[in-house]
Amino acid sequence: MDLAVVILVEVLYAIASLVLISAGLAVVFGMMKVINLAHGEFMVLGGYATITAVGLGVNIFVAMLIIAPLVVGLFGLIVERLVFRHLYGRMIDTMLASWGLSLMMIGAFKMIFGNTTTGVSGPIPGFAVGNYQINGYNFFIIVVSVVLLLAILAVLRGTRAGLVARGAMQRADMASALGHSPDRIYMTTFAIGAALSGLAGAVLAPLVGLVPTAGAAFIAKAFITVIAGGPSLVAGLASAAASFGLVNQFFSFLVSPVVGDVALLVAAVVLLRLMPRGITSRFLRGKL
Amino acid sequence: MRHGTGRETAVIVIAGVVLALVMPLLIDTHVLTLIIAHGLLALSLGLIWGFGGVLCFGQAAFFGLGAYTFAIAGINLGESTVPVILAVLVPAAFALALGAMMFYGRLGDVYLAVITLVVTLILYRWINSTAGPDYVIGSARLGGYNGIPGFPILNVPGRPDLMIWGETLYHVAAATLLIVFVLVTWLLRSSFGRIAVGIRENEERVSLLGFDIRARKTILFAIGAAIAGLAGALYATWAEVVTPSLFSLQQSAEIIIWCIVGGLGTRFGPILGASVLAYLKFSLGQQNLVDNMFVLGLVLVLFVLFLPRGLAPELARGWQRIAGVQRKPARRRRAPKAEAHDG
Repeated sequence: MDLAVVILVEVLYAIASLVLISAGLAVVFGMMKVINLAHGEFMVLGGYATITAVGLGVNIFVAMLIIAPLVVGLFGLIVERLVFRHLYGRMIDTMLASWGLSLMMIGAFKMIFGNTTTGVSGPIPGFAVGNYQINGYNFFIIVVSVVLLLAILAVLRGTRAGLVARGAMQRADMASALGHSPDRIYMTTFAIGAALSGLAGAVLAPLVGLVPTAGAAFIAKAFITVIAGGPSLVAGLASAAASFGLVNQFFSFLVSPVVGDVALLVAAVVLLRLMPRGITSRFLRGKL
Repeated sequence: MRHGTGRETAVIVIAGVVLALVMPLLIDTHVLTLIIAHGLLALSLGLIWGFGGVLCFGQAAFFGLGAYTFAIAGINLGESTVPVILAVLVPAAFALALGAMMFYGRLGDVYLAVITLVVTLILYRWINSTAGPDYVIGSARLGGYNGIPGFPILNVPGRPDLMIWGETLYHVAAATLLIVFVLVTWLLRSSFGRIAVGIRENEERVSLLGFDIRARKTILFAIGAAIAGLAGALYATWAEVVTPSLFSLQQSAEIIIWCIVGGLGTRFGPILGASVLAYLKFSLGQQNLVDNMFVLGLVLVLFVLFLPRGLAPELARGWQRIAGVQRKPARRRRAPKAEAHDG
């Protein structure tokens, strides 16, 4: 019984962290069809922003939930203006430019923070279930990712800004004819996506030691989750994260965490082969 | 084979031999051998991406597979002739299987990129986790993070006691690159190569003309992997150690950067890009002020933004202007832009 609870929490946590890792990318790729290979480094930047802020004496929750998204969102705004805005519609070129950006960021992290592991301790103590110890921070991550999903859904569905953004992504010329500026909408969407990446990196920072190259571990998982999710943003994200989280934890428990990771990646390849347009192209069609 | 192929081959061979003899006067042959291995690797991606329109984000996987195959087979067999052949065949077979899965599934450009990226990552993770004594192939331990040292280096076929290294290895490497370059030229001149370029330009039209695109793309992909595997074997015998970093994303990124910087859709461009950047990297390695990756990334961003056609076409144009030759401008184009998939 205790074991069952522990496993349930672990599975939920795996799903939640996949949602968290992928949310920023889902906004940028799902809405704008921009492949941002620097997504992992955006997350790492969020992590470093948190650690630096905490080092300066800021409360850790303020640092994670406010400072990190602001810093990374601003950074996203700058690189969108400098680089990405010239490349919209050229998918492969965007991909390559963002890969260049990712290498630059790794190089910059190495120069600024040094090629070592930095970390910050988790702010929530663990507790015991029967004979097992559960990390209390895992619950925080689960809550954050649920709130995040609901917030994205609410913004896209309920607000005028969300409606305009969705419209501009579908038919930029129409939105423009109706008096909205696609250029500004793209800019804002990219910045919001970057801010979400920063938030994810910040929230996950206490769990993983940050190294300059940590982004690579996130990027693959984020990509396959977003792409396997398919056309609809929230439903796709949730369903893909749920399937991959399950597969990952199943094999982690059965064999080892490394095999769990490998199984996740293999599952993604197989899934894409079966449903090349993603899960939500076949199920849950037309949902957001 | 079209008229003029013989003359072109002769020009390539003469230019190649002259380059191979002149370059050691400028750069140390030890460094040159590494540059040649990288050039061969760049040529492999240049072939499938620049001419076939298949953007593979995991060319490093085939490079690493080639190097590991060479090392593992070398330890088990104690000589290097069969390992070299295996280092070509194993990545090719792997690419054949992977390519068949992807191309027969008719996956789009972006999905192709993601799957090759993910497969590279799987290999990287897996090789990194093979540290224990349980992971052996024959008598070779995979060694996890530390890689495999101490395998037999290249030797004269049939004479395991006659090692090839140093100056001689440089000449062997240069000859290998030249031979592969000529073979690639012939391949592109053949009907297979011309149809591959046709597929790059307009897949649907070639398909409607009755050609089997899936099979052709798969075979081209495998040929690229075979060349990358050969480059891996060359690298392994040069470095005398193989490590998981051969499979890393940075390695994959570098290959793509070489192609972009050198110029896609040319045979010489990727090799030029690899040479320039490998030398740059080597020089940057001597100082600590600026990080290596930062410069590489900057180079990639700047080229994508300002010089997306790469160095080779610009150089060719400059040369034509200097020489005053009024030839018909060569039709060199970048690989096709990805169609934004419906979503």
